[in-house]
Amino acid sequence: MSLFDYTLKELQEKLHNKEITVSDLVDASYTRIHEVDDKIQAFLTLNEEEARKQAKELDEKLGSDASILYGLPIGIKDNIVTKGLRTTCASQILDNLNDPLYDATVVEKLKAENTVTVGKLNMDEFAMGSSNENSSYQKTRNPWNTDYVPGGSSGGSAASVAAGEVFFSLGSDTGGSIRQPAAFCGVVGLKPTYGLVSRFGLVAFASSLDQIGPLTRTVEDNAHLLQAIVGQDKMDSTSANVDIPNYSDALKQDVKGLRIAVPKEYLQEGVNPEVKEAVLAALKQYEELGATWEEVSLPHSKYAVAAYYLLSSSEASANLARFDGVRYGVRTEKRVDMLDMFKYSRSEGFGDEVKRRIMLGTFALSSGYYDAYYKKAQKVRTLIKNDFEKVFEDYDVIVGPTTPTPAFKVGEKIDDPLTMYANDILTIPVNLAGVPGISIPCGFSSEGLPIGLQIIGKHFDESTIYRTAYAFEQATDHHNRRPNLGGDLS
Amino acid sequence: MADISKEQVKHVANLARLALTDEEVEKMTKQLGDIINYAELLNELDTENVKPTTHVLDLKNVMRKDEPRDWISKEDALKNAPDQKDGQFRVPSILD
Amino acid sequence: MTNFETVIGLEVHVELKTNSKIFSPSPNAFGSEPNANVNPIDLGYPGVLPVLNEEAVNYAMKAAMAINCEIATDTKFDRKNYFYPDNPKAYQISQFDQPIGENGWIEIEVNGEKKKIGITRLHLEEDAGKLTHNDDGYSLVDYNRQGTPLVEIVSEPDIRTPEEAYAYLEKLKNIIQYTGVSDCKMEEGSLRCDANISIRPVGQKEFGTKTELKNLNSFSFVQKGLEFEEKRQREVLLNGGEILQETRRYDEQTKETILMRVKEGSDDYRYFPEPDLVPLYIDDAWKERIRAEIPELPDARRERYVKELDLPSYDAGVLTSTIEMSDFFEASIAAGADPKQASNWLMGEVSAYMNKHQIEITDLKMTPEALAKMIQLIADGTISSKMAKKVFAELVDKGGDPEKIVKEKGLVQISDEGQLREIIVGILDANEQSIIDFKNGKDKALGFLVGQTMKATKGQANPPMVNKIIKEEIDKR
Repeated sequence: MSLFDYTLKELQEKLHNKEITVSDLVDASYTRIHEVDDKIQAFLTLNEEEARKQAKELDEKLGSDASILYGLPIGIKDNIVTKGLRTTCASQILDNLNDPLYDATVVEKLKAENTVTVGKLNMDEFAMGSSNENSSYQKTRNPWNTDYVPGGSSGGSAASVAAGEVFFSLGSDTGGSIRQPAAFCGVVGLKPTYGLVSRFGLVAFASSLDQIGPLTRTVEDNAHLLQAIVGQDKMDSTSANVDIPNYSDALKQDVKGLRIAVPKEYLQEGVNPEVKEAVLAALKQYEELGATWEEVSLPHSKYAVAAYYLLSSSEASANLARFDGVRYGVRTEKRVDMLDMFKYSRSEGFGDEVKRRIMLGTFALSSGYYDAYYKKAQKVRTLIKNDFEKVFEDYDVIVGPTTPTPAFKVGEKIDDPLTMYANDILTIPVNLAGVPGISIPCGFSSEGLPIGLQIIGKHFDESTIYRTAYAFEQATDHHNRRPNLGGDLS
Repeated sequence: MADISKEQVKHVANLARLALTDEEVEKMTKQLGDIINYAELLNELDTENVKPTTHVLDLKNVMRKDEPRDWISKEDALKNAPDQKDGQFRVPSILD
Repeated sequence: MTNFETVIGLEVHVELKTNSKIFSPSPNAFGSEPNANVNPIDLGYPGVLPVLNEEAVNYAMKAAMAINCEIATDTKFDRKNYFYPDNPKAYQISQFDQPIGENGWIEIEVNGEKKKIGITRLHLEEDAGKLTHNDDGYSLVDYNRQGTPLVEIVSEPDIRTPEEAYAYLEKLKNIIQYTGVSDCKMEEGSLRCDANISIRPVGQKEFGTKTELKNLNSFSFVQKGLEFEEKRQREVLLNGGEILQETRRYDEQTKETILMRVKEGSDDYRYFPEPDLVPLYIDDAWKERIRAEIPELPDARRERYVKELDLPSYDAGVLTSTIEMSDFFEASIAAGADPKQASNWLMGEVSAYMNKHQIEITDLKMTPEALAKMIQLIADGTISSKMAKKVFAELVDKGGDPEKIVKEKGLVQISDEGQLREIIVGILDANEQSIIDFKNGKDKALGFLVGQTMKATKGQANPPMVNKIIKEEIDKR
């Protein structure tokens, strides 16, 4: 048994019983990172010296009232701003941003819970991508088979948890960027309701879609981590003022009588047979647990990808305009005038996918095209949101696959943006509707790659999602399988 | 079918302050064209009477009180500046 | 010979003097060291978000109401995208299609003629930082100004002459200052103006091609720039030329407008709704609360001064030219001053003193109550007008109580008739020749006698009384 085989609750007991120390936990994390990260490539920046120092301090001041996250090593996606700790968004244009001057609200909240940040995690540059191949630094690998991608954009966040490098991590999800890599790497990843978690300090990709969320080994851990980061933030005008339930309480209830909707659009052609099979098996499991399921329709699903790319790219074209080489970040070394300083700093600093989306977004907002593309997409967003609202009138959750296929091979789709985009077809509608969604492991392909089950809930009803996810997890054994990477966790 | 021309790509690149090589313009023209053609799919939908969604939550009037707060020092403000002089950020001038 | 008609539209930017910035909690202050009033939000750091300052909305509403705008019930913010080093996010948070105020107007008066100038819109936005160009090929950026709340006020193309443009600006500044939402100091940049001007043959409906004047540093430069531009455009057209859509600046030395750049098509700012800020819903209660805070505006005060205080229209205009002057005036009459006397002092000695020392009325040591008391002392004959000037000199420099000053300086006027008659009889006895001269029609002789009396009383004799007594005593002889 490794420390990584325990739940947060169990680790907390060990800490208080003095069986282990925070330093042991942090040490276990770094030992594992040094052991496997050459292969996994999940971390961009390590915070080792500071983390070990902090661990010692935490060991000294451990009190009986310590939170359940006390002293636990965590990895943070590199688009979440950490004061005094390099934050690059995996982009060359922020290569030298060694101190972004402030902490994201979620980071402040984690500090209050006394977690230990062990490092910053790789991602697709500015969260644009589904494979981590768009990182300008390194390609994170899938711990289950390093020939395969870990998914994206929170690939580092998912892979680090799957590889046992950290107990949990934070990611961000704009069109599936938590759930898709969670599915590919066989971990639990939640995209909360838009507005539940503060975006202050999350480097914006698409402001109206972005949410920070937890990636963990188990559903229970996920609920604990979410609990620590939620709540209205006076620094984020779009964060909602809602009552926050105790998410772990939801885990105590069973799913008898739960009404599950299964959108027929989510199991159509294009969905890999093994994935479909795993999802149907999961539904059978739910039946056995006392839930009922019916096929429903989300009729506008097929328009989601197009609407999403127009909206997210438009917002991104403005959000990424601030990277101009004036106040921070990398400026071109060419000796040029102001206009060319902007152009060369940005062209040298951004990768191809980022440029492509900036171009698409700039075009969609430009004079003469705004109504046809941007505004049209906003209207389609309304239709997609309405689809969900209608289904949720009669059902408690929506269940389907997280992705149409298990992880694909590194290099397989990199040259074809449209095929790559299609990978997000089942996760994107959730962001457009602003509802919460989780991905949990629900099986493995014949090649031994994890398959993810997506559970979607009503606005601010993360509790029902957790209840549904937990019931399945407890009834199955998928989450206990470990990738073979050598060392203790193999 | 909506197509995008190389000239449009160059115009958009200028708006976005991106210096694209000829090769990049070529590739971008093709890829943007593909994506935009794909987006034409949305025109299947009659959205005449549909309201656009900017905010998925129905929040209104989120404001703060008019209270100033000290946050970072002048030195920190310039900490990450690629170029600075006399406490200000330095940039090349416009050439007319 | 073709007659042309001029069409002018003005865009005025006014900074609002809230305590903190519009979207960040940095202090909103003028004149600090470069980059001292900035935080990660103002610098557009990755991950920051704007949060709207409620007071900035209140101030914008107040300004909009004061210029007779309709206030939007549903309004929102939009991103205006453009790259420039002083624009840290490369988008300015502004308002595009739902400005906070629309369809307003103000009334101006030129050469005795009153005219309403329409106001298309007033919207709320953030100011940019400040870029200073150096000769060495580099520019420097100070972000202190970034995020200062700003309202942009766009006039209808109703202005027909540069003189009207000047009057419009004066009036607009006057009104905004009254509301207290801005200092409107052009020299500090808290009021800035761009002007659009075109000309067209009289009778033509379509507007001519317009040029835009920028970097106008005073109202009179606005007027002069427009006058030059009006003439230049006319000459170009009369010589068969064509007006190009240009941005020009006014050169104060050569008194000419100079081409900055020719506009190619319209700028593409790619406006879209700001996803980081939620919409505003301004209900009637909110509107009424703000409306109730607007003080009586200059036109209303002017009318009241003429109607209720019997002041000449000219006086009323001068007294209401700034709210500080008007408030001072009202405080002094509340303290018992005669309105016309108070007006005379404010327009005369007080204004001269302020001009000489380049200070504002609020900087004066003299209080409105002191002015009122001094006027009282003149009216009841305690001091002469001449003495009053001495009292005034002391009052404005050092402040204090006029009665005390009069006593300390021994300035009390001799108005005791018996005492004066005794002195005058003595003077007449000693100046027989002057009496003869006076009787022979030499008025100068009277002046001499008065002078002698003043000398004998060290200037403290009540002059009208001295005149009266001398005449009476001469008649007796």
